[in-house]
Amino acid sequence: MSSADVTGDRHIPEPDPAKGDLAPERDGPRDTGMDDASLHRWLERTWRTPSGIVGALSSVDHKVIARRYLITAFVFLGLGGLNAVAMRIQLSGPQRGLIGPDLYNQLFTMHGVTMMFLFAVPIVQATGIYLVPLMVGTRNIAFPRLNAFGYWIYVSGGAFAWVSFALNMAPDVGWFAYVPLSGPEFAPGKRADVWAQMITYTEVSSLAVAVATIVTVFKQRAPGMSLDKIPLYVWAMLVTSFVVVFAMPAVMITSTFLILDRLVGTHIFNPAEGGDALLFQHLFWFFGHPEVYIIFLPATGMVSAIIPVFARRLTFGHLGLVLSLIAVGFLSFGLWVHHMFATGLPKLGASFFTASSMLIAIPNGVQIFCWLATLWDGRPVIRTPLLFVFGFFFIFVIGGLTGVMLASVPLDLQVHDTYFVVAHFHYVLIGGSVFPLLGAAYFWFPKITGRMMSERLGRCHFWLAFIGFNAAFFPMHLVGLWGMPRRVYTYPAELGWGNINLFISAGALLFFLSFVLFTFNLVHGALKGTLAGNNPWDAGTLEWATSSPPPSYNFARIPLVTHIEPLWAEREALPVATGLRVDARELLISTVAEAYPDIREKSATPSIWPLFAALAVGGTFLYSIFTPWAIVWGAAPIAITLIGWFWPKGDPEDQE
Amino acid sequence: MKHRIAADLSGLPTFGHGPRSPTWWGTLGFMALEGTGFALAAGAYLYLATLWPNWRLSAPQPNHWPGTIVTLLLILSLVPNHILNRYAKQCAIGPVRIGMVVMSLLGLAPLVVRWFEFPALNIYWDTNAYGSMLWVLLGLHTMHLITDVGDTLVLTVLMFTRHGHSGRRFGDVGDNVFYWDFVVLTWIPIYLLIYWMPRLG
Repeated sequence: MSSADVTGDRHIPEPDPAKGDLAPERDGPRDTGMDDASLHRWLERTWRTPSGIVGALSSVDHKVIARRYLITAFVFLGLGGLNAVAMRIQLSGPQRGLIGPDLYNQLFTMHGVTMMFLFAVPIVQATGIYLVPLMVGTRNIAFPRLNAFGYWIYVSGGAFAWVSFALNMAPDVGWFAYVPLSGPEFAPGKRADVWAQMITYTEVSSLAVAVATIVTVFKQRAPGMSLDKIPLYVWAMLVTSFVVVFAMPAVMITSTFLILDRLVGTHIFNPAEGGDALLFQHLFWFFGHPEVYIIFLPATGMVSAIIPVFARRLTFGHLGLVLSLIAVGFLSFGLWVHHMFATGLPKLGASFFTASSMLIAIPNGVQIFCWLATLWDGRPVIRTPLLFVFGFFFIFVIGGLTGVMLASVPLDLQVHDTYFVVAHFHYVLIGGSVFPLLGAAYFWFPKITGRMMSERLGRCHFWLAFIGFNAAFFPMHLVGLWGMPRRVYTYPAELGWGNINLFISAGALLFFLSFVLFTFNLVHGALKGTLAGNNPWDAGTLEWATSSPPPSYNFARIPLVTHIEPLWAEREALPVATGLRVDARELLISTVAEAYPDIREKSATPSIWPLFAALAVGGTFLYSIFTPWAIVWGAAPIAITLIGWFWPKGDPEDQE
Repeated sequence: MKHRIAADLSGLPTFGHGPRSPTWWGTLGFMALEGTGFALAAGAYLYLATLWPNWRLSAPQPNHWPGTIVTLLLILSLVPNHILNRYAKQCAIGPVRIGMVVMSLLGLAPLVVRWFEFPALNIYWDTNAYGSMLWVLLGLHTMHLITDVGDTLVLTVLMFTRHGHSGRRFGDVGDNVFYWDFVVLTWIPIYLLIYWMPRLG
């Protein structure tokens, strides 16, 4: 394929003659014909994050923001894990007195809320923030200031939840906070409000990231990366972002309705005054089920990125995998009622949701078979990332099978709210998302830090995690079938659940220790790991075409894409484009389907205003759990900070 | 990795209107998620309305006139909105400045009438769930109205400064036109739901 095909030469227009009342374009130096050393010097000066504390707080570099996201989400994983360890110690024997019911309620709620809203969604999005711009060959994410804003909102939401916990004010109504338990009548105090507002923070942040990701994928792909050449991981993040856009508003509506009922006396969920409690469940699960796929789809993208590299061949069934991702994205919106089988819905409705719950197993099955075929026909090199992919296969398939079981109404009614369900969703979530994430950590760590993690420790980590996980969660199926309900802080000795619970707790401890080992491997790798070079795994996608860690401007010149695995197709030299300015943050906007080059767009410069805006918005959210007037008082600071954010400051980036 | 120069992008323009610009897509993304919020709120209203056989729960009918005036004003505003869009595409600063002033006024006018819509609902938010849903729907749209009018005002001021002479600003005007269409279009179903659904039942 020639470069003329890639850039669609006929689409590069001649420079427009001056049109309308525009200030004359102030041109600056271009990279055309510039030698490498001067090019790096120019780009570094233009794209670097300013030094100092204010500089760091103003950063809009997607890699810097993503690193912060990753580290913050990892801290929340640790905190949520400690919640779990505390609960497992309490449950390790019958009638232990370590933790009382009130604290236990807060613990399991904080565990769920932390893992879902502060760890799982942010960490998959953060991985995307880091990788998507690199994989599509651009210099920054779309709307970089919005992206920075999203991070600050997320941190403040997480801090809000955990400070509340420290103040004995943490939500204690479960991670889905059903009414009437969470309503004004049965949840006095501020605990349920903390749940509702923490949702608002985290959803604002995920929605911002989702929009930025969609636009990055649609408009900032390197020339030649037509739809059929988009890497599968990027496809996965694109579909996920769409699911976020259509699912997250549901939970914001839910939590807003709840807070209105609690704070200003509306009756939306109050059956005594024409409202309805089940409406809460419908709205929540219209978000809650797609949420599972928001966590799972990026993980499948990671698996699709890892497998071809270690199988040493192109992915089998690329198109089938893309279509499966899209199908899962759509179907994820048709399943929510299967969380509500025990609420006495009409039989016909329940049957429909049983059918759709089974239907979604088909595209997921297609994905699994494509991966297996890729491995079968390749020459697999078994390294730690691939081990975690194998762990994912094993655990996720078991979780999927219990999922198909639970889709059947009679069985679901029997095991509803028992440990069988706890076992099922931990198999799905940890197997389906955390194992691929751990594999992805080993896979992309060298790109992010420039150093390798230890392979030996990695293998130990895998086996410790795999054994610990199964020891902790497999017996939960049994104890659930025996009738042990979830969310109980203890159980009497006569039921005979003591030994198996002790075993589960031991497994949980082992699983926790595997994360301690992982943390050690991360720190050790970052400080002492062997140098990685640009492309330690000889992978084929664009993030490996630049140095490790990548420079602030990602690519010295924008690559041209001729193949689905560009670096495997162009082993001699990467075809690149010139003609961009080097004294202003210029990047390339391309067309949506064919990725023909279209516009030289300026990317936003560093700014402290997104932080101020996040403080204003976060302060308003916090204040609003005490008085509805917060919305009125908060409006002025929010408006001021947003004006500060958008008002042009006279940088070259603001001129055009 | 070694580079091989294979294309020259220096001739590309530095801004584009409509779907060529990333901001347009970002605006579309926010419309999609806010539209989902509207749809779900409307869905919640319909869910409750079908659940209770005596819906409206013996509340009086809302007075539709303030809402109807807002509707007419909003529909009327679409005409200058699209004339403004044409001038923004031509990057003509004079007409764009006039158009932005007109659109600011046409944004403020329905907001003033909106003030009288709340009492015209003839019910409070804490009377019953019917009242709650009316206030929620009207409040949700009012939030959008306020934010877009605020945005329009700031952009109007900006267009009168030296920053107005830039292609990106004209693109911003185009996106503002686009978003105003969204604010108007989302109002129509909410208007019908608030004022005319109760008249059916």
